[in-house]
Amino acid sequence: MKNNKLILGIAALTLVGFFMISADHIDAPAVQGGSSDITDFYAFQGEDTNNMVFVANVQGLLSPSATATATFDENVLIEFNIDTTGDNVEDFVIQAIPRDGKMYFFGPTAPTATGLNSAIETMATQSVVDITTYGTSANVATNAGMRFFAGPRDDPFFMDFAQYSAIIGGTATSFNNPGSDTFAGSNVMSVVVEVPKSMIGTSGTINTWVESKRKQ
Amino acid sequence: MKILNKVHALNTKDMTNHIKLVLSTLLMTALIMSCSNDDDNNMQNQIDFSGTFAQQDQMGRPAVNTVFVSSSSKDMFNTTIPSQQNAAFQTMFQTNLEGLSPAYANPGDTNALGLDAATFTGLLATDVLNVSLDGTTTFYDGTNVLTGRALADDVITVELLLIFGGEDFSENPGLSNDNVDANDKPFLTSFPYLAAPW
Repeated sequence: MKNNKLILGIAALTLVGFFMISADHIDAPAVQGGSSDITDFYAFQGEDTNNMVFVANVQGLLSPSATATATFDENVLIEFNIDTTGDNVEDFVIQAIPRDGKMYFFGPTAPTATGLNSAIETMATQSVVDITTYGTSANVATNAGMRFFAGPRDDPFFMDFAQYSAIIGGTATSFNNPGSDTFAGSNVMSVVVEVPKSMIGTSGTINTWVESKRKQ
Repeated sequence: MKILNKVHALNTKDMTNHIKLVLSTLLMTALIMSCSNDDDNNMQNQIDFSGTFAQQDQMGRPAVNTVFVSSSSKDMFNTTIPSQQNAAFQTMFQTNLEGLSPAYANPGDTNALGLDAATFTGLLATDVLNVSLDGTTTFYDGTNVLTGRALADDVITVELLLIFGGEDFSENPGLSNDNVDANDKPFLTSFPYLAAPW
């Protein structure tokens, strides 16, 4: 039933021909459906309220069978950006890059250069976690007060995308009640990092975003 | 009988140790052999982290590129750094918001945050997620506004309300809530917080 819903959702997407889906899933032609397509970004206080959690999800709409063979792309760097001064330029980055079944993390660290192009900050604090494989319990690594996870997870996003598409497409005039979660039963590839707040600022508001960057 | 059992246990232990020794010897040999072809005996340094990585996608707040950026500009939005997004995209955001929602049709119309089309899109065009270091982190929980994004936050309904709901969330009720209010699996209270895959 869940799979049928997903297939219907994908069919609706194909028919409608819009890229208007979900939080950021397949948001733009150059990245949609590829290994660098960011589906979602979350930042929230951890179970230990001294910590902040960052979540980056990529490669959305994975069926359970597709999840078993899904992998992170070794040419794609996932970079969490943190601005502590209010100018929307990153003062800290946390980088994640996969190599041979492990996800390597660098930072948080002041980047050598800000902006569209990055080098991996190999002089920063390095951490590593075994990428969790489908069907096994989550591998969690700890280092320098931080926690790390990388692997498949249930897509935490929820929305009646099919009805939204119908509204935008002009074939419906309102949402249904109850609605139907188009993302039920689908998975994503997740990177989760929990860091002490003291590593990324003192108090007040920070501005954060996530980027995917491909090796040239 | 007890003595015999003990002897047997000892033998088993010896055997186990012997196997461990053989295995560790094999492992050492394998490590030495795999290092021997390299000038650098530090295995860690063999991992290649070199190169330049160029931006392809970026995201701050949910659904911003999806909803507010015109189709032909979506890749450009993803490769414009946040500090330059407002200058490049605010006008487009405002045009698309006003085209999408009747809640901003009249002069002086605002959303429930008191933001008119220009100020609301001025906020959204810089696509970063504002996060408080001091307490509750939520996209919107009825009290706190834009202090983070928690997994359970119903971000789409919040955005629909701010786009379609007008000054008091009462306008366009059929468009301002998708009536999907929670995830299909419960989240975990502990790291890594996201539920196991289907």
